[in-house]
Amino acid sequence: MTAPLPTQPVLELDGVSKVYSVKQGLFGRRKPLRAMDEVSLSLGRGEVLGLVGESGCGKSTLAKILLGLEAPTAGQVRVDGEPLDGQNRRLLARRIQPIFQDPYSSLNPRKSIKDIISLPLRVHKIGDAASQENAVREILDVVGLPVRVMNSYPNQMSGGQRQRVAIARALIMKPEVVICDEPTSALDVSVQSQILNLLGELRREFGLTYLFISHNLAVVEHLATRVAVMYFGRIVEEAAVGDLFDRPRHPYTQALLASVLTPEPGLGVPDTQLGAAYPNPIDPPPGCHFHQRCAQAMEVCSRLAPPSCLDGDRRIECHLVSPPEGGGDAATELERR
Amino acid sequence: MARTADALLEEIHGPSPAQLLRRRVFGHQGLLIGGGVLAVLFVVAVLAPYLAPHDPYAQDLLARMRPPVFLGGDWDHPLGTDHLGRDYLSRLIYGAQVSLLIGSVAAVISGLIGTAMGVAAGYFGGRVDMAVTFLVNVRLAMPVVLVALAVVALFGGSLQVVILVLGLLLWDRFAVVMRASTRQVRSREYVTAARAIGCSTARVVLSEIMPNIVNNLIVVATLEMAHAILLEAALSFLGLGVQPPTPSWGLMIAEGKQMMLFEPWLVTIPGVALFALVLAINLLGDGLRDVTAPENRN
Ligand SMILES: Nc1ncnc2c1ncn2[C@@H]1O[C@H](COP(=O)(O)OP(=O)(O)OP(=O)(O)O)[C@@H](O)[C@H]1O
Ligand code: SF4
Ligand SMILES: [Mg+2]
Repeated sequence: MTAPLPTQPVLELDGVSKVYSVKQGLFGRRKPLRAMDEVSLSLGRGEVLGLVGESGCGKSTLAKILLGLEAPTAGQVRVDGEPLDGQNRRLLARRIQPIFQDPYSSLNPRKSIKDIISLPLRVHKIGDAASQENAVREILDVVGLPVRVMNSYPNQMSGGQRQRVAIARALIMKPEVVICDEPTSALDVSVQSQILNLLGELRREFGLTYLFISHNLAVVEHLATRVAVMYFGRIVEEAAVGDLFDRPRHPYTQALLASVLTPEPGLGVPDTQLGAAYPNPIDPPPGCHFHQRCAQAMEVCSRLAPPSCLDGDRRIECHLVSPPEGGGDAATELERR
Repeated sequence: MARTADALLEEIHGPSPAQLLRRRVFGHQGLLIGGGVLAVLFVVAVLAPYLAPHDPYAQDLLARMRPPVFLGGDWDHPLGTDHLGRDYLSRLIYGAQVSLLIGSVAAVISGLIGTAMGVAAGYFGGRVDMAVTFLVNVRLAMPVVLVALAVVALFGGSLQVVILVLGLLLWDRFAVVMRASTRQVRSREYVTAARAIGCSTARVVLSEIMPNIVNNLIVVATLEMAHAILLEAALSFLGLGVQPPTPSWGLMIAEGKQMMLFEPWLVTIPGVALFALVLAINLLGDGLRDVTAPENRN
């Protein structure tokens, strides 16, 4: 293997799709549900990629695929240029770790904090009992918890403390990439900013790369270096954070940003005020999946899926950006069926 | 002063799960009574050779059907003697051995089978789940008593056969409950976290899932133990369970039933013992469910 170039992304998704087959009702037929549709993304070292989108658009599915917990139906995931399926599951675990949304469900209630945090070390047989205990002490200090919580249990801690424990568990093996799936949305508003600041400090201290999934655009703007907007399993717009927030070009991104300006931003799912409901995932609308809710929809939008276009380092999928011209788009549409 | 500081600390941190459990156990009367009675019966069964005043098999045809002391008998046979002159108290004590042995071994066998099936179905889902659900339905379509009767009639009744038949028949509730509990726990994020850490499936199941469903397992085990004890008594009563002269409570009731009109205590004494044992086990099971449920909800 050649040494990775400095510019080589740590993580790459190349045309990754994930299709679940779901059964409706007792005697219903199994139908395909496209949770992710040809998603291509790359995560450079030290970068914080924010991933935003409505509930059910496939963000957690993407996280699970990156963690190797689900196999993609199509496409390839690469770590340092090497395909994920060729990698040892345990080696991957040392490099990519998750932080989940709900700290009330992410810690085993039957285990002490020390056992929870040291589990990765024990599974990977790193060090002996004494050095593992030392590592736990150190990491507790790093995440800002007193050492005496080692013998406590999750039910004795607050939500913010629990999330710190989850962060400690994710970081104890010194991973390169941390996948944060809405790490603050289950916490009190007052605690959210503490956890976000901690995540920011940890990134600087350990040179971490984050995939940061969130409903909350304000949070993403605060932390991310690049943002990908996901809708209905597809990445519809991707750009550097300042660029995207200053000049959103996809109508969906514009709607999302507009919703942040409504009172009480960041409390759960943004109210996109898009009128029509989010489409049923097992029955995708034809053409652009967004056309029923798009304020700028054109006639062509309900027929043809927009192709993906590059504009500088911004990627966007919308007919407004790439006026359709016959041939190429028919091909895209065929491809997508 | 130190006291208030301690109290304060506990207020902030709250008790640990073990402390909580201990507190709830000692605050639950049914559980304490059931557990106490069961513990006493267990000790009696284990110490039977030392506690029984007579040999439970020794016949004394000159001392047949002596009444118990409370009906005017003497202290040589505190609970009287049966139609062959065997000491009723001694037979009752050795009968506890039979009941507890059959109940616990049958519960362990069916518990192993049912837990393996239920946990596999709940964890893996898909085809495994369909196969297990099918097997459970097949099993539920078979009437336990009839199947047990048929098997015992075929192979002859003995302690081993009864234990095996019951153990191989009573796993359905284990499978159903363990499947549901596993499905529920499997969707918790700590299971996903353990998988992302690189834990093997065996480790995830044994150290992340099992500790969180073992309380349900124990509750079902108590129910099935009581179930097995009652079924053994029923089979023995019908003459298709444990064979004479083994002192089984079901057999004692069967043997006493001819004399029931004249010497009703021959039936009521083993009947009361059976009732007390099953009641104690059920109280214990109910209590354990009450005591562990809130923690699960967390
Ligand atoms: N195991 C599964 N089987 C079937 N369908 C699934 C499964 N997991 C996810 N889905 C479906 O895939 C779609 C995407 O789900 P996903 O959890 O990735 O959404 P999400 O963007 O993370 O949403 P949220 O913001 O609510 O967490 C949803 O429609 C969901 O119902
Ligand atoms: S392609 Fe058409 S419907 Fe889709 S976002 Fe662009 S303008 Fe709206
Ligand atoms: Mg999600």
